[in-house]
Amino acid sequence: MQPSEPLHLRPPRHRVSPRAITWWTTQAVLLVTAVLIIPLVGLVVWPAARPWLAAGTVVAAVLGLAYVLVMPRWRFRVHRWETTDDAVYTAAGWISQEWRVAPMSRIQTVDTERGPLQQLFGLSTVTVTTASAAGALHLAGLDHVLAADLVEQLTKTTQATPGDAT
Amino acid sequence: MTGTMAEALAADWQRLDPRMLAVTPLRQLAGFLPVIAVVFVLGGQDLDGRFFGLLVGVAAVVLVGMLRWLTTRYRITPERVELRSGLLFRSARSIPRDRIRSVDLTAGPVHRVFGLSVVKVGTGEHAEGIESRELTLDAVSAAEADRLRQLLLHRLGAADRAGALPGPGFPAGAGTPFAAGAPAGVGSAPGARGGAGTETELGRLDWSWLRFAPLTVSSLAAVGAVAGAFIQFVGELGVEPAQVAELGGVSERLSAAPLWLGITVLALAVLVIAVLGALLIFVEAWWGFRLVREPGTLRIRRGLLTARSVSLEERRLRGVEVTEPLLIRVGHGARLVAVATGLGDGPSHGRGALLPPAPLDEAHRVAGLVLAEDPPATRAPLRRHPPAALRRRLVRAVLPVLLVAAVLGLAPALGLPGWLGWAALGLLPVTVLLALDAYRNLGHALTEGYLVARHGPGMRRTVALQRSGVIGWTVRQSPLQRLAGLVTLTATTAAGSGAYQVYDVGTAEGLAVAEQAVPGLLTPFLHRHPVGAPVARSAAG
Repeated sequence: MQPSEPLHLRPPRHRVSPRAITWWTTQAVLLVTAVLIIPLVGLVVWPAARPWLAAGTVVAAVLGLAYVLVMPRWRFRVHRWETTDDAVYTAAGWISQEWRVAPMSRIQTVDTERGPLQQLFGLSTVTVTTASAAGALHLAGLDHVLAADLVEQLTKTTQATPGDAT
Repeated sequence: MTGTMAEALAADWQRLDPRMLAVTPLRQLAGFLPVIAVVFVLGGQDLDGRFFGLLVGVAAVVLVGMLRWLTTRYRITPERVELRSGLLFRSARSIPRDRIRSVDLTAGPVHRVFGLSVVKVGTGEHAEGIESRELTLDAVSAAEADRLRQLLLHRLGAADRAGALPGPGFPAGAGTPFAAGAPAGVGSAPGARGGAGTETELGRLDWSWLRFAPLTVSSLAAVGAVAGAFIQFVGELGVEPAQVAELGGVSERLSAAPLWLGITVLALAVLVIAVLGALLIFVEAWWGFRLVREPGTLRIRRGLLTARSVSLEERRLRGVEVTEPLLIRVGHGARLVAVATGLGDGPSHGRGALLPPAPLDEAHRVAGLVLAEDPPATRAPLRRHPPAALRRRLVRAVLPVLLVAAVLGLAPALGLPGWLGWAALGLLPVTVLLALDAYRNLGHALTEGYLVARHGPGMRRTVALQRSGVIGWTVRQSPLQRLAGLVTLTATTAAGSGAYQVYDVGTAEGLAVAEQAVPGLLTPFLHRHPVGAPVARSAAG
């Protein structure tokens, strides 16, 4: 029980596509714009509130800009994935981080999803589900050609691996 | 699609029990009873018309029941269980027998009077498949129900542990294990049926457990529901609840009394009703409770008015959870729940209860029997989590209170009373005690077969999860956890809620537990580094 030596999770081997930075940046810009529109409209239609509304908008804009600049790069450093003969291993997150492992023998389905933005940037998200209601692994922002190969390879491997996945 | 083939084998098709011709109309009429009563009490002078109407209604209900009985057939082939029903809207259901995971029997009061029992066959799958997951036979005779249960379940048990069974000689139909009339299990001596060697008793009701009934929140909620239904029923009769009170002059006397007296009396009345209701619900639900093990299956029988029999295939069992809700915990009690695949969600929720609220020792004892481990895994000595976990809990308990107090401290400036801030500070002892309790409850252990984890302020949960039932790991770390050298380790599984957490465990220790629990899975992704190196820095590449 007592660990004899300090243990650490090593990062998975592969980074996601560098285009994921552009994808996440676009998402962040859209989100921040949507949030900023509300006080901006307020500034126009409600002159009495201008002083403090303006201050609030500036603070929100600065925070939003920091988010747009920092989040995608940070995510790119964290998001990684790896498959071995026996398991799929992913890392995700930025401020809070998460590592997930699922054994090949327990994989039930391998799906690909591509939102409009992801299609624009040639990216895919691969979702690997197990029999657990809480155990899905998401590999977000993979190059879509690579993702297609990966899905094919995972499907082959899981079909070859015995087990009823529960 | 296999219509012609099915027709060819039509000899195998069986109808539901003919007694359903009486049961279906009776149950439907019982549902209409309030309406009938209202019509007769409040209707006009035309008594003959009303009688005629009633006659037509009864005839219609009987006819519908007859049609239903005539059109419903089931059969059990070597591969499948099939059910067909309906005349205008035909439905056909078919479940492959090797997918069957549960066969539950339920008999409500009317069914029991007629000696019938509803059979529900489940596959326990989160299926995305086309085939339906459940099939209900409403209803067959109690003996046929028990025969079906044994036939459909024990085949599995036998196939699973070939040779473990004493031949095919199940006591099919022997005795009336689920017969109507006598409450199941009660009245027969504990060992009376044990002679066959196929059934071992793991637990039975002890009436002293009744003391936990008033401590269950769910029963209080049920009392609320019953009260609500009653008020609605009275309302449907056209009587205002206020009028009822008016009749006894209660409200007059109450309004004459001082306010505090009125509130006290009302509170006491609600409390007494709630406690009585909780006791009644407990007695109805758990009367004659017995938990037995048959080859490959756990079986729970209980119920006073509605007799229930739940069978749980042991092959699907991935562990157990001992939960101690705050009130029950104060009374040194606990609940025991099975962690099994296909039980967790949907209408079958709550099927996993292995015991009524019972003393903690009893919950652990039965957990040991169910898991076939002595001492039970749920009793394993747990490893404490690092002091940093305590610090996190204390900070979370203290900071919000201080913040609220500080904001309320500004209250006088807004014309609010100044003592509000101090009152908020009065919450500190409570939150700090909860934080200490939360830390004291944190712990984990690995036994030979099980991963054990405990957590919870208030409701304490101890889960023992089969190590072979773990189908993946999730390691989570927030920035504050990173600073404190902690992680939250989540074991994912196909059973129960799908994920069981070990909260705020030391990074190295948590990873070591995960590595040992499922040998080989995590090992290729671990580094053994000198102390002080950060976890999984992404800059490594």
